[in-house]
Amino acid sequence: MNWGSLSDFLAMGGYAFYVWGSYAVTAGLIAVEVIMLIVLRRNAMKTAGMPAAGDMP
Amino acid sequence: MQTQAIGSINWFRYASPQSFYPLAGAMIPWFAWAAAVLCAAGLYVGFLVAPTDHQQGESYRIIFIHVPAAWMSMFIYVVMAFWAGVGLVFNTRLSHMMATALAPTGALFTFVALWSGSLWGKPTWGTWWVWDARLTSELILLFLYFGFMALQAAIDEPRRADRAGAVLALVGVVNIPIIYFSVQWWNTLHQGASVSVTSAPTMAATMLTGMLLMALAAWMYSIAASLHRVRSIILERERGADWVAQGRVRP
Repeated sequence: MNWGSLSDFLAMGGYAFYVWGSYAVTAGLIAVEVIMLIVLRRNAMKTAGMPAAGDMP
Repeated sequence: MQTQAIGSINWFRYASPQSFYPLAGAMIPWFAWAAAVLCAAGLYVGFLVAPTDHQQGESYRIIFIHVPAAWMSMFIYVVMAFWAGVGLVFNTRLSHMMATALAPTGALFTFVALWSGSLWGKPTWGTWWVWDARLTSELILLFLYFGFMALQAAIDEPRRADRAGAVLALVGVVNIPIIYFSVQWWNTLHQGASVSVTSAPTMAATMLTGMLLMALAAWMYSIAASLHRVRSIILERERGADWVAQGRVRP
């Protein structure tokens, strides 16, 4: 175990901004992509004249 | 519909959007779950098991997203160019759709590689950015993805958009070996590869494990995301076809 406490973990040895800045932006972009995928799917189903309910894999 | 030989699976059947659509739909949950589990395992190993680096302190933990993202950014481009090439040669609709579906995810990983690299460069090199060969060629990769997407979006006729995008994707593929070998060909601020096929990795085993788990998670995520996107593209493009119009679409 590397960390004595949660605040130790969050501080990342003084590199919190760089480490968490990398991870947060990555997680945020992936969240945006997932939302865009869902929107694209809804629009495609609408265009194809299919009911929007269900069929979300 | 193609005929199918008795007793054997005809894999070319899946080259048709109609057959591929349900297959892709069935595969997505598996890849998505694999991505989530591998990512959780990778983060666990990366943050809780892997030790502090004796030179870089905790800042090195950026490696667990930086390297997988950089690998994915290059690999997705190669796969995208491959499908674009197949589409040009065999004139298969689904190949072009695959290329189109891969581009946004590739662009995402390219941006993440640049972003995390910048946040890693500041504490380690003392600068957010340098115009060295590795960083510049990776930035060109981002522009190639954007160019591919913009070109396809700008052309209304899908078949022409497919072909124009494919030519751009194939020309841009020369950039991939330039990125990969840039650290050998030029004197760069960016370090050489820590992991290669020909020599033992120059990092602790737990660090390597965390990185490989995250890389596998990135693979699984990319497959799930591009399959999901290609299904939407298939629906959109094939909406005039009987199998879509008559509602014979299986989820």
